[in-house]
Amino acid sequence: MRNDGVLILGAASDVGRAVARAYAAAGRPLILAARDAARLDTDLADLKLRGSPDARAVEFDALDLGAIQPFLDGLGELPAVAVCVVGLPGDQLRSQVDLGAAELVMRSNYVGPALILAALANRMEALGSGTIVGVSSVAGERGRASNYVYGSAKAGFTQFLSGLRNRLARKGVRVITVKPGFIDTRMTAGMKLPPLLTAQAQEVARAILAAEAKGRDVIYVRPIWRWIMAAIRLLPESLFKRTKL
Amino acid sequence: MILAGWGRHPRVECRLLSARGESEVRAAVAREAQLIPRGNGRAYGDSALNPAATLSLLPSDRLIAFDAATGRLTCEAGTLLAEILEVFVPRGWFPPVTPGTKFVTVGGMIAADVHGKNHHGAGSFGDYVESLDLALADGRVVRCSAHENPELLEATRGGMGLTGAILRASFKMNPIETATMRQETLRAANLDAAMALFEESRAWTHSVAWIDCLSRGSALGRSIFFRGEHARLDELPADERASALALKPRTPHRVPLDFPSFVLNRWSVAAFNELFYRRSAPGTELIDYDKFFYPLDALLEWNRIYGRAGFVQYQCVLPKEASRVGLGAILERIHAAGEGPFLSVLKLFGRQRGLLSFPMEGYTLALDFHARPKVFALLDALDEIVADHGGRLYLAKDARLSGATMRRFYKGSDALERFAGLRARLDPARKFASLQSQRLEL
Repeated sequence: MRNDGVLILGAASDVGRAVARAYAAAGRPLILAARDAARLDTDLADLKLRGSPDARAVEFDALDLGAIQPFLDGLGELPAVAVCVVGLPGDQLRSQVDLGAAELVMRSNYVGPALILAALANRMEALGSGTIVGVSSVAGERGRASNYVYGSAKAGFTQFLSGLRNRLARKGVRVITVKPGFIDTRMTAGMKLPPLLTAQAQEVARAILAAEAKGRDVIYVRPIWRWIMAAIRLLPESLFKRTKL
Repeated sequence: MILAGWGRHPRVECRLLSARGESEVRAAVAREAQLIPRGNGRAYGDSALNPAATLSLLPSDRLIAFDAATGRLTCEAGTLLAEILEVFVPRGWFPPVTPGTKFVTVGGMIAADVHGKNHHGAGSFGDYVESLDLALADGRVVRCSAHENPELLEATRGGMGLTGAILRASFKMNPIETATMRQETLRAANLDAAMALFEESRAWTHSVAWIDCLSRGSALGRSIFFRGEHARLDELPADERASALALKPRTPHRVPLDFPSFVLNRWSVAAFNELFYRRSAPGTELIDYDKFFYPLDALLEWNRIYGRAGFVQYQCVLPKEASRVGLGAILERIHAAGEGPFLSVLKLFGRQRGLLSFPMEGYTLALDFHARPKVFALLDALDEIVADHGGRLYLAKDARLSGATMRRFYKGSDALERFAGLRARLDPARKFASLQSQRLEL
């Protein structure tokens, strides 16, 4: 029988939940990995009814690097797909003055996600198959005053995924980078986000499933972001440094 | 943030909170001095608006249990009907009652005690709620069913969120063989003909009429009449039977911008109505349930066709014996005011339970109007006609009724007193309150 199980890292987030539902609707077996996994009991009941009868939740802390190998050992069979939605936007102003806060943002968006995927990638490489989906951010494409601590960590994560994809391209392991742009979640509730540029969590989930099915490498959830970020990347630094973006 | 109901009138600055699951709902209820629960914002007016705190239950949207032997579904209050359809229609189950949009939550359907095209035989959604869990103002969570707190269940269905926050509910769904409806379309030359069709269609599960409010004289109340049944498997063409329950994907269109307010005027509406009347050819056809129950959902954000000022829905019900005279008076009064309501719907209701639930045995008429001063004066006049004929209004669509008129609707009934008495006992400080409940002095 084909193993088509999906591991979702950071499954308690709004995007994680939406991804889980989309995979459940497709009838895929699910493992939800999150901190305080017991709080996902109601979600598990929901996912089972939606089409993933064996959905289960496991304890996972992306910042606990020592726990990575035992965590993967504990999964049993390696899932066919691992989707990492771990992340922490943090507060830019606080990150500027509080180095501890900045470090947490850096570890949550780069070190933690990159290393769990690194360990997973090695196991998939040994198996000769698997798909890794990393949810990064458009914020990683150019450092801006408004979010460069978060952006720099996402830049690292994006480059890490890029290198992983390059290394594993001929090893049967696929790596997909997802750049959602703004997402309408409980974390962004109350923020004034431009509707045209803001994706719903379900939209991100659909895009991830489509990218997996079509074998894409890098996707922007809303295509308009590709052009916006291209324009932002092209601005000469002498001009860019004076902008407020 | 600025919040509004589906009619986009009124728009009010509200503190919007959200809650996922029982613990967050209880924390919000304990913390806030005043609040109103909100589902997907499909009530038209100010039912789910409170500037002090409006608590969105949308994150509480999980399916909890389903019994495939009985069709009983238990889910959280914020679960969208659209999600339930997506998950359960392919398995052969359909909600027992559905309003004209699937973008409503289960909690909202209970709070408004919504009805559908099958009300004359099937009753309202509340009739199928076997139990619900309610977070009360005093911090308790109580189960309400026919056996536990039955009085609270009767007050909560149709209670517009004023008895407490619904956490989860269990209701029974009906088995279906296909995702298809057999629809029969008929023309009714005037109001009498339309009412005769409702009477003769009592044995049909679903019936509704789209009424042309601009026709006059002997054509007053001319209508397109629809009646329908869930199609059985043997009614489908042989090659479609294998996928009888499959959803046919349909890409919804979206109204991209607010129409300028002059787009909908009595002439354009008259032209639309004429076209609609002529295009709706009498006959029988098989259509998917989405088209049958949710024709307007195919046009996302259709409320924008009324422009920035928004619109008001006016839905009244008149007792059976007063319906013909009362409906005639309402249509004549609309003509006299020179207003052309768009998309008016006529429907025969059956008997109704529930303390404040809207339906009663008789005819209901739903009308849309631009929200503008002249219209509000007309609606006040319609209120009088409704009250004079022993009818009442649907609170889920109301944005402007007065408390005094509301009390006239319930003259001779102790429903309002009983509702107030129950709230005085459970929620003496009126923690659960909306702009509507304050306006209506509920």
